[in-house]
Order: sequence, then structure tokens, then C-alpha cells
Amino acid sequence: MSESDAESVSREVAQRVFAAEFNDASYTFKESDDDRAPVYLLLPTGERANRIFVVGTLTETEDVGEDNEYWRGRIVDPTGTFFVYAGQYQPAAASALRELETPAYVAVVGKPRTYETDEGGINVSVRPESITEVDAATRDRWVVETADRTLDRIDAFDAAGNEYARMAGEEYGDTGSNYTETVVEGLGSLETTDELGADVAADTDGDRSDSTDDDAEGDAVDTADPSPQP
Amino acid sequence: MTELRTHAAEIAEQFSDHVDVTEDEVESKLQQLVEEYQVPLDEATRSVRNSYLEAAGIEREEISQGGSDQVLVNEINQDEQWVDLRVKLVDLWDPRSDSISQVGLLGDESGTIKFVAFKTSELEKLTEGKCYELSNVVTDEYEGTYSVKLNRTTTITEIDEAIEVGDNSDTVEGALVDVQSGSGLVKRCPEDDCTRVLQNGRCAEHGEVDGEFDLRIKAVLDDGHEVQDVIFNREATEALTGIELDEAKQLAKDALDTTVVADEMRADILGRYFTVTGPTLGRYVLANEFDQHDGPADAESVLIKARSI
Repeated sequence: MSESDAESVSREVAQRVFAAEFNDASYTFKESDDDRAPVYLLLPTGERANRIFVVGTLTETEDVGEDNEYWRGRIVDPTGTFFVYAGQYQPAAASALRELETPAYVAVVGKPRTYETDEGGINVSVRPESITEVDAATRDRWVVETADRTLDRIDAFDAAGNEYARMAGEEYGDTGSNYTETVVEGLGSLETTDELGADVAADTDGDRSDSTDDDAEGDAVDTADPSPQP
Repeated sequence: MTELRTHAAEIAEQFSDHVDVTEDEVESKLQQLVEEYQVPLDEATRSVRNSYLEAAGIEREEISQGGSDQVLVNEINQDEQWVDLRVKLVDLWDPRSDSISQVGLLGDESGTIKFVAFKTSELEKLTEGKCYELSNVVTDEYEGTYSVKLNRTTTITEIDEAIEVGDNSDTVEGALVDVQSGSGLVKRCPEDDCTRVLQNGRCAEHGEVDGEFDLRIKAVLDDGHEVQDVIFNREATEALTGIELDEAKQLAKDALDTTVVADEMRADILGRYFTVTGPTLGRYVLANEFDQHDGPADAESVLIKARSI
């Protein structure tokens, strides 16, 4: 039982966050000078995320690599789109993206990654540890759970000693409570998006950013993504 | 009764056996701290209690906090709480220190907990296998593990009742976010009393051995607040994945690779939500029972929560 003690004692919790909030995040930090110290993405509702758990609809996959395979997937939740990138260092996730037929409900465990765009903005994506196909019930549960966890963060935002809320206030302004809207939006989708088709439609209608814009941002990643390129 | 008066009454009650004290006196001391010096009531209560402890020349642990609650041993999760227990003396150990009268394990239907009785408390000795009502014991915490201390005010009543001792079962739920190495089709050391999983055909204790095939899954459940390691043994693994040992061996044989079994299992369970119940062993919960959540989730209550913010 000792073989992986150290690994699990410090295992980071996977935060539940909607795409709308995740994509608004840009500030990353470490809590120690150690080279191997975890990098955290600061969520606008005042929490640090070194790992996230997402369940959504995989709508598109594309091999955007040049010499080696480098797969990009778009995963849609009721509030927006997560971009995931998997290359040779994420073989299981890369082969999942290669083989899955879209659209499909998928669960992703992964690490947030940020990269600077050519225009100098910061974009955020997910480097997956695993991608598995799941069912609609799992997706619905994730939406409800993520709504609940997001509300917990909003609720705790003004609590004394909430260090990450204070940090979020400094980095993003006091926007934490705006995400109550995101939560309501997410929950509202459950009544109407039982079918995959309806879910995909919800993406183009309800996505906060223009979809062609998303593609442009995505393309920028191919050259600027800090993940190891083949 | 005002909140202040309630606290005053409690303190007076606690010290009535030790010093001459009245509710009025305690109340006026509290009042002074709270109203004149703006000390929060909690802190004022603590401070007044300490002043009486000093006056009476007694230790904090020797006074009863009044009205301790009867709890199950598995419910104990705070340091320095005064509680009552209905327990069976499961095991007595050899005391390692001269100051200890008895040390061992108490159990009730929820599980077991370590207890210590000190010589200075001059308590009657407990007998292994008998059941007792213990009132006024104090909880203690060391590195996340709880125990109880008997003390001079503890009353011991033997009861004529057979208490079934439980296995410290825990229930955890969350998304299954990782299937760790050492999962799937594994080989165990065949030596007597050794069930270690072999690493590259070697047992950490017995070296190179001819292992016996087994199935297990070491996984991580994550609810967004906490992570919990869980282990599914062969039976649970088969029920969870629908892959039985013989089938797993065949899969591995066809692929000339045992890792295909874990890969197959990952695809079935990663990213799904589970509730797992079982005894804790170190940092693991052993999955004696589990349930996959595939029913509808309760969106309504979360929507109400959103509207209340």
C-alpha cells in the first residue's frame, strides 16, 4: 500500500467549474518556489484549480499537430465550450479523441493550462488526464453538481479569510456573484437538453462568445500552447 | 433565560462540587467581560471558567462540561469533547507507561476506538468482553486519529447487553476521477499470509514467486471538496465492471498484455459518479457496497439555492 502514498496524500481536488467561468480565468500562480510545485488557475469565484472535472458534449475533434498527432476537442457545457488538447504525452486522452464519434457525452479529468495569444490576451484550455464516454445521466449530474459547487464558492466569496476570493477580487474585480447567472443558465438547460442534438444547438445559441471567434482562439493555441509540442 | 444566564448556570453547575459559587456571581463576571470589555461571549465563558479552575486548583479535564451527549464511537470527530458511550471492551493492550492504568479498544455498532485510563483517575478496572455505559469521557485527537480518555469524573456502569461491534464503515461519494496503477488483472504472492501484489513478478517480501491472478481496482473518488482512495476487491471489481477473472485472463492472453484489462475497466467506470460504503483501512475505503448514480439529479434544490443568494 506504500507504493503511491506520497502521490495520493497530496492529490489535488478536481474543481467543478462551468465553461463560462473557466474561460474567464487567466491568472495562474504557485504557492511555493519549488519547480515541481503545482500551478493553480485562479477561478473568478475565488478558488484555486490545479485539476478540473468536466462532463459535456464532445462536438468536434481535430488533429491539429504538424509532425505528430496533436488532438483538439471541443467540449460543450450549457454555458460555453472547453478546449482540450492532447498529444503524445497524453496518449490515452489523445487516442480517445482520435476514436470517439461526435457528438458524444464525455467526462474529462484534466489540468488547466493558460497560453498567451498573438494579441497578448490569455486563453485557457484543458490538458486531459483522461477522457471517457459517459451517459446523459452523468452529464446532468455534473451540471447540477457544478451549479452547487459554484454557488458554494459564491456564497463563501465574502467570508473573512477567504484568501482566493481576495486574490480573485484583485485579479478580476469583484465579479464572483455574476456567476449566479451562469448557474441558473446551466440548470435551466437541463429541462430542454435531454437529447444530444438539443445540447449541440444550445451551444451555438447560448455560447457567450462568437463561435468563429472560438475557432480563431483555438488556432492560436497550436502555435502558442505551452504544452509539449511534438 | 438570556444566553448569558444559560452560560452562567452551566458554569456554576460544573463547579458546584468544587468551589462555593452561585449563578449570580458567574453571571456578573460574564456580564462585566461582555458588556464592559466587549469580549465575545465564547471567550468570556472560557475566561470565567478558567478563573474558577484556578481557584479550585483543579485540571480542566476533571470537571464535567455538563450534559455530555451519547455518541457512537465513529461519530467522534472533534478534540476535547465530553461524551457518553455505550461500548464493549474489545481488547486490552499492555500499557507502555506507568501512569496508564488501562489502554485498549472500545467498540459499538459503528466501529472501534482506542481508550486510555490513567492511574491518577482511580477508576475501577474494565474487563475484556464486557459492556459498559461510560459517561463523561473526553475525546482526544492525534494526527487525525481519535481516541477517548477516561478521567476522574467518568462513571462506569456495567450493562447486561451484548453490543455488536461494527467495522468503522464509511460512506463516500463522488466522481471516479482516477484508476491507479496496480489495478485490473494483478498477481498476488502465493506465500501463506502474504497477499502482496507482485511488481514485475516480484513480491516485496518474498522475491520472485509464481503469483496467483486476482482482480482489484484502486480508484479515487472526488466530490469537488475532497478526494478519497477506494479499493474494489475481486468480487466488487467483477460486479462493478462486469468483467470476471476468467474473462480478464482471456483478454490479457489475447493481447499478450495484462494492462488491457485495466484499460477496459477504465473505460467503464472513469468519470461516473459512485457511492461507496465499507470499512476504512489506512487511507482506503474498501468497497463492500457501491452504487452507481445513474438516476436523475436534483436540479430543483440547487436552483432554489441559487435564488437565495
